[in-house]
Amino acid sequence: MSTVLPAPSQPSSWWDKLHLDLFLLAGLFLLAGIGLAILYSAGGGDMKLVGKQGIRLTIAFTSLFLLAQVHPKTFYRWSAVMYGVGMVLLVAVLLLGDIGKGAQRWLDLGFVRFQPSEFVKIFTPLMVARFLSDRPLPPQAREIALAGLLILVPALLIAKQPDLGTALLVCSSGFAVLFLAGLSWRLLIALIVGGAALLPLAWHFMHDYQRDRVLMFLNPEQDPLGRGYHTIQAKIAIGSGGLSGKGWLAGTQSHLEFLPEPSTDFIFAVLAEEFGLIGCLSVLVLYLAIIGRGFVMALQAQDTFSRLLIGSLAFTFFVYVFVNVGMVAGILPVVGVPLPLISYGGTSMVTLLAGFGIMMSLHTHRKLVPS
Amino acid sequence: MTQFRLKNPGLEKHLFVNRITAAAVVIVLLTSGLIGRLIYLQVIGHEHYAMLARDNRVKIAPLPPARGLIFDRAGNVLAENISVYSLEIVPEQVKDLQNTLSRLQAILPINGEEIQRFKTQLKRHKPFESIPLKLRLTDEEVARFAVKRPFFRGVDIRARLIRHYPFRELVSHVVGYVASISEKELKQLDAAEYRGTSHIGKTGVEKFYEKHLHGVTGYAEIETNARGRELKVLKEVPSRPGKDLQLSLDIRLQAIAYEALGEHNGAVAALEPASGKVLVLVSKPGFDPNDFVSGISRQKYRDLQYSSDRPLFDRSIRGAYPPGSTIKPFMGLAGLNYGVIDAHHKLHCPGYYQLPNNRHRFRDWKKWGHGMVDLHDAIAQSCDVYFYDLAHNLEIDRIHDFLARFGFGAKTGIDLVGEKPGLLPSRKWKRKRFHQVWFPGETVIAGIGQGFLQATPIQLARAAAIMGNRGMIVTPRIAALEKTHEPQHAAVLDNIPKNDWQTIIDAMIAVVHGPRGTARRLAKGIDYHIAGKTGTAQVFTVKQDEEYKAKEVQKKLRDHALFIAFAPAEAPRIAIAVLAENAGHGGSAAAPVARKIMDAYFRMAQ
Repeated sequence: MSTVLPAPSQPSSWWDKLHLDLFLLAGLFLLAGIGLAILYSAGGGDMKLVGKQGIRLTIAFTSLFLLAQVHPKTFYRWSAVMYGVGMVLLVAVLLLGDIGKGAQRWLDLGFVRFQPSEFVKIFTPLMVARFLSDRPLPPQAREIALAGLLILVPALLIAKQPDLGTALLVCSSGFAVLFLAGLSWRLLIALIVGGAALLPLAWHFMHDYQRDRVLMFLNPEQDPLGRGYHTIQAKIAIGSGGLSGKGWLAGTQSHLEFLPEPSTDFIFAVLAEEFGLIGCLSVLVLYLAIIGRGFVMALQAQDTFSRLLIGSLAFTFFVYVFVNVGMVAGILPVVGVPLPLISYGGTSMVTLLAGFGIMMSLHTHRKLVPS
Repeated sequence: MTQFRLKNPGLEKHLFVNRITAAAVVIVLLTSGLIGRLIYLQVIGHEHYAMLARDNRVKIAPLPPARGLIFDRAGNVLAENISVYSLEIVPEQVKDLQNTLSRLQAILPINGEEIQRFKTQLKRHKPFESIPLKLRLTDEEVARFAVKRPFFRGVDIRARLIRHYPFRELVSHVVGYVASISEKELKQLDAAEYRGTSHIGKTGVEKFYEKHLHGVTGYAEIETNARGRELKVLKEVPSRPGKDLQLSLDIRLQAIAYEALGEHNGAVAALEPASGKVLVLVSKPGFDPNDFVSGISRQKYRDLQYSSDRPLFDRSIRGAYPPGSTIKPFMGLAGLNYGVIDAHHKLHCPGYYQLPNNRHRFRDWKKWGHGMVDLHDAIAQSCDVYFYDLAHNLEIDRIHDFLARFGFGAKTGIDLVGEKPGLLPSRKWKRKRFHQVWFPGETVIAGIGQGFLQATPIQLARAAAIMGNRGMIVTPRIAALEKTHEPQHAAVLDNIPKNDWQTIIDAMIAVVHGPRGTARRLAKGIDYHIAGKTGTAQVFTVKQDEEYKAKEVQKKLRDHALFIAFAPAEAPRIAIAVLAENAGHGGSAAAPVARKIMDAYFRMAQ
């Protein structure tokens, strides 16, 4: 992460007109390729699953490409509108959303079904970055309070659906902006301590299944049949992988129906079982390289808005990885956060790559907002 | 203060570099944590976990608990679990399902309905769960399959406990039934708690007390071979069976009530006024709940659903009917309470009633009228004109407020799911519902329980109980749980003097025991006092110049017969509401049902 790579320099070559970042793109492609290979194994050699995922990846990379072409000014100008629309959609979901898997997340417009909370994952940091970059930094109490409100409103609306994983991601992306904007350390520590003190209160507002997950995280062996089952089986899968793994398609845990959800949230366990510690470390390093490149892009940005947004999106990418791997490895409670670009599933992948598209746009269009 | 701050790009850039560095440090630290954890699992713990994985031929199988039984107050079993042999398939272990099904059909009688049911369950089953194809195999069928068993991989015979309701249609609504867990329910359930459980309470007590009856799922660690065949049980945490549930219901009284309704559809609710314990809760016709347990066929379900007798409809707590004249005692009490009348207030009944400046005649059921009547006579003989006038003077909002105190217009809070609140109209309600003003004529007919006013049989029984209690409010209870054994907080309708209660109750006694009471035939050979009130609820509106002739009106449009009562009138031990649909007059069709139940109940107590 310490290597500072030079930004694409010579303007006006055909490559520059594409507004892409070669390093990032290469990293993302590599990751997606690895993801498909693991998915093939996790799905028990089912090409259908891989095909579907391939289509999703195509859509996601297309949205990355398209968003990279959009001028940063547009993001800057429309941030408030997008944020507003996002909030309206979130309320709409609570009022009339479809019930999928016991939670209201989907909005059905007749021709498409989508999860507004996914958009909000981008709209929130966008809005907070815009709000803070318009004002002198570091932010003062009033600005911090308002920014906090901008973050907590969507986070609470999403938590109510209930979708704890996404709420967590929205929160962390918003607070990443605040942190990067210079939120004072003292306040940060106060917030963390205060948050810890509020935990019992949060407990009070949790759904039963959310409480169960926390309890099971604290003591999985207590209920090997149901809620703790995921955690125990994932641990066995990871541990049995050892240093170099059992080899591709040779995992026993994942193939003998012991590991639940092997192709979605728990796919990291398949990776760990079949490719061992070496495989895990390689993938983690790849993730870190992508995040590092994001940070470099943030440092090279020429205005505060771009800096904050790029930095926050890169940091959020890390949160995905950390929460997912931490959950599979049994050091964090089970929250529904996918492993980026590897877990099977559509919407979150599109949002992720859309985020990278925005990062590339901000990075490759120079001289942005006269702030 | 903030107005004087300016943006300082240099400072902001510097600050940002600091923050990115800090974020990078956090990321490195957290990632190290992850890597540390992975090293712990994959290097240090590798052997341990590798061994576990090798031994992960250990399957964890759920042991579903036996569902709690349901008894009536005398200990008769209303819902039990019986053991049956069923032919089951684990779809994951079958290569060609279609072929297997047709081969099975060749040796066992499996009909299309069973195949259909199997396929529905197949769509939403959990992986490696065995799905019943044919329930209740005979011994011969079991033997016939056993011979061929080696040729059917993934197919086996299992002993299953299934729910059985020995009294069938007698308690079909109140006890309810269990049936296969639906997709929707699956999403709302605790998946772990219901692993291995296939059925869940859908209606009645079975649904309301689901948690109580279900029990706690256990599990067994079973060693299997590489193919998944079970070899031996390593460890077993037994399930904890669901708790039994005793109801206050009496199946003998229930049967008497069902029988006594004769050819009529209807509902009967009876409870102990002092405790609210429900003794009878009948909705007729019922249906056989056992059909639902093993998965009802589409045809059978359609028949039940579209039958004009509406057997699936629980009339006792969901049927909202005009209370008819059974409302009169409460109306009379309202008159006394608001000082609109006193016990001696008299009125001449010419057989009809007219509002001032209006030609519309509200008719009395007795064409030539009741002559001079006071409150006592008006209740005993069920004079309509007296109550038209009383209601008109009370006005609808006071009627609303007073009847609400007896629980009209609100759910009784009985321990069953799906109760309806009936309807207690007011000016405000009509404005909100129809955007219309209230008409005086609507108040007049409310006086005899017609018009908008609607009540469920359980509401009527409870109102009768409150009357019999002289104001003590009770909540109907089906289950006799420890908790509900405690005496309820005796909420009492205050501000109603003893004399007023006695005036009304004396009149209700005269309904049965008085020489001109509308239910005087009930008094024959009786050795206790019943306080009651007959009612007839119009289903069909008679035009101004026509006459209602029961025989000429189609059966479906004939009046509903109603009767509410409590006995012994002096210190009631039972309060009853009877509704007989399309049965005509309450005194002749509904009242005898109540008498039969009371006789039996008092005989039992001796």
